[in-house]
Amino acid sequence: MGDLFYLGSRYISHHRAKLLVLIFAITLVGWLPVAIQIIVDQTAEQLLERAENTPLVIGAPGSPLELSLGSLYFRAKTPARLNYSEVKKVEATGYARAIPLYYRFRAQDYPIVGTSSDYFSYRGLQLASGRPAALLGEAVIGSKVAETMSLGVGDPIISSPESVFDLAGVYPLKMPVVGVLAPSFSPDDEAVFVDVKTTWVIQGLGHGHQDLNRQEAVGQVLKREGGNLVANASVRQFNTITSENLDSFHFHGESSAFPISAIIPVAPDDKSAALLLGHFQEEREDVQIVRSRRVIAQLLDTVFTVRDYIVVGIAVVAIATATVALLVFYLSLRLRSGERFTLSRIGASRLQVQILMATEVVFVLLFSAALAALLIALTRQYGISLMQQLLLA
Amino acid sequence: MSLEIEGLRFSYDGDGFVLSLPYLKILPGESVALVGPSGSGKTTLLNLVAGILSPELGSISVDGRVITDLGIRQRRQHRLCRMGMIFQSFELLEYLDLRDNVLLQARLAPGVKISPELEQQAQDIVAELGLLDKWRRPVTALSQGERQRVAVSRALLLDPPVVLADEPTGNLDPDNKRAVLDQLIALCAGGNRILLTVTHDHSLLPAFDRVVDMSELLAQEAAENG
Repeated sequence: MGDLFYLGSRYISHHRAKLLVLIFAITLVGWLPVAIQIIVDQTAEQLLERAENTPLVIGAPGSPLELSLGSLYFRAKTPARLNYSEVKKVEATGYARAIPLYYRFRAQDYPIVGTSSDYFSYRGLQLASGRPAALLGEAVIGSKVAETMSLGVGDPIISSPESVFDLAGVYPLKMPVVGVLAPSFSPDDEAVFVDVKTTWVIQGLGHGHQDLNRQEAVGQVLKREGGNLVANASVRQFNTITSENLDSFHFHGESSAFPISAIIPVAPDDKSAALLLGHFQEEREDVQIVRSRRVIAQLLDTVFTVRDYIVVGIAVVAIATATVALLVFYLSLRLRSGERFTLSRIGASRLQVQILMATEVVFVLLFSAALAALLIALTRQYGISLMQQLLLA
Repeated sequence: MSLEIEGLRFSYDGDGFVLSLPYLKILPGESVALVGPSGSGKTTLLNLVAGILSPELGSISVDGRVITDLGIRQRRQHRLCRMGMIFQSFELLEYLDLRDNVLLQARLAPGVKISPELEQQAQDIVAELGLLDKWRRPVTALSQGERQRVAVSRALLLDPPVVLADEPTGNLDPDNKRAVLDQLIALCAGGNRILLTVTHDHSLLPAFDRVVDMSELLAQEAAENG
């Protein structure tokens, strides 16, 4: 038998290009539908889990889906704005604490999430190193951010400008990293957390500059109007907040009118959550409150339908592939009729000839099955994170 | 190790052709050429001796063993282990190199292991035929004459007492025809093997010890049957 397998291996080696193409095609149609199923199921599980952990979200009127995805995953393209005053209004109802979220800005590929310290305890996030942000401008980064950007406590992270050509737009703010979160295997691993006021500084609603009351700034003051100083454009604004210039940072305007993206209301019990939901649905038309789980479940229904169509499509392709593979094997057998004749004439048994002929088919099928099984196992293990990295890229 | 054929009779179903051979004895080391017009039964006789076909009457024995009494499986094993076959179209496996083609019959033969000794034996035969420098070359890279020499090596590896060659020079150019045939006859004679060869090329007949004209057998059969 060993000799027959040796002869079979020689045949396979001689025809490896043809067999590799067959293996590739068969492996693909075996692996792809299962991989899609796995990734969709795992994604659905993750999405639903996140939504279960964030039962309610409050935001500006608009798409409930965009609000849910933005506040759960920080990935809404243009988050609609809510006024910060809504935070106090939520708490004033007495039904829930309010955690603000402002996720408009990014540091390269990662969202900068302006929030409060309550967010970390709400999500159960732990620090792997450093401390929580305590001062304006300080950042706590997720584990993936730290890993991919090679950042640690003490390193700076800089916000990305929204537009290079908008001179009146947001400027990069250099923020010291004071803490790195432990992996939570959630979107929080890929976010940069700052105090919500820091995001207002990024937006330009607050700034710090040299002290205009000092003698050396006399040339930069245009006029004094009561308690206000009007300075010219030569005034140097700080693009990083340090302990030395922290006191110079201030905001212009009422913070209640400053923007946020969403609020996570944290109700102590289901009854309070229901009352809060009723309050916002019946009495407030200028904001929307959504049940994340329901929104995500609706999204998943669509995803599952699309998945089913794709899988059916792949099944059709698989039938075609199987047909072509059968044809290739049949033609191969026909081409090897001379070989069968030779083997028979020199004395090979029918069984020996059949085993030799079957080696090609068995090898292709077994190898394809093994490869598909390996790919399925790898998909189960790494599929989700790979997809996320590809999407991120 | 003589080859003896007695009272052989064979016909194909639905065909008027009848092969009738009263007696033929070939001694060890003897080379015999089978000649005759197309359809005279040369290849049929070769196939009967090889055990591929079974006669209606008569017997074929090699060194006293009556192979026509053997079953299909035993005849096949006898052919694999005790006979060498050489064909007009060489019949090498193109996906094997020279070495693996020479060792092919040995790989298929029951109870035969591809040992270093056997491989050395193969190399010795190949060296005698002047091909040792192409030992691991793909057979597709060999010339016609070289390929037939590979087929000869394969046929001789297991030291068979009988070598059957069906038009071994049929696809060779004139230069190679004589060279290959001379080498084949010399190797068989040197190993005291019986060589039974079908050939259409009468220019090669002087190289053989004996010539059997199948057309004479047909004429005898026709005369006997009136």
